[in-house]
Amino acid sequence: MKIKKIILIIYFSFFVSLYAYENYSGASEIYKNLRCLICQGQSIADSNSDFAVTIKLVVQDLISEKKTNDEIYSFLISKYGEWIVYQPSFNKNNFLLWTLPYAVLVLGGFIIFFIFRKNKYNKVN
Amino acid sequence: MKVSILKIIIFSFVIFCLFVFWQGLKKNNNYDTKNLIGARISNFQFTEINNENKSISEKDLKNNKFTLINFFASWCAPCRTEHKYLLNLSNKKIKIIGINFKDKKKNANNFLNELGNPYHFVGKDSDGKASVLFGVYGIPETILINNNLNIIKKIIGPIDQNQYNEILDLIK
Repeated sequence: MKIKKIILIIYFSFFVSLYAYENYSGASEIYKNLRCLICQGQSIADSNSDFAVTIKLVVQDLISEKKTNDEIYSFLISKYGEWIVYQPSFNKNNFLLWTLPYAVLVLGGFIIFFIFRKNKYNKVN
Repeated sequence: MKVSILKIIIFSFVIFCLFVFWQGLKKNNNYDTKNLIGARISNFQFTEINNENKSISEKDLKNNKFTLINFFASWCAPCRTEHKYLLNLSNKKIKIIGINFKDKKKNANNFLNELGNPYHFVGKDSDGKASVLFGVYGIPETILINNNLNIIKKIIGPIDQNQYNEILDLIK
């Protein structure tokens, strides 16, 4: 009977800690993508500044209100501007930021293709 | 001929990258609130610092042509330097709301007793969460809003003579 009780307690505490971890990891993902505006190069997750602590509390509140990550980011962007998020949204101002890596990839492919073709041509001749 | 085209492409690309980096270096990466001018504030409520039954919300501010919301704390040294400007503004045609930020009631009252109270209402934000609705990230901060609750001006740091004059111009 005693063993059964112990197993039940362990079983229960395991699920409680699992639930707490899931909630925490959800919030911590958001903290990592938020910039601490008063720190040098630190995210909200990295900082214990007054501002970071307040934003963590606000994010926790929004999570408990069942807000989605996008809704939380949108809320904070509306209050602090796009600067607060590390991953900016796609718009005309950062069009190059999002498309340039793909353009470079394609351009690189063309360059490699031309170099190979040139080497092949030289070998044949 | 093909090789020369390739070289031109690579050279152009390198020049382009250098240009982008150069432009990037010129850009100011400090946080500023230019984009927040014109934004509307909503869904807020502050309880009076000395009276839990008294509060202020957005509907109370809609009656004022302009409202200046000042976030202050007794522990904040720059708040002392800007206080004289707030006292001067309290004599003008503008309502000033003070929000006591992460402070103790006793210290806040001592601060106002010592320096004077320029506020028509003193609210409290003990944990700083409500101030996030106003985009506050440090103390002192001051926000000038119109009766549509749109932000007209946001001052980060203490109010100085130039900002005081700007506020006077805006509320004319």
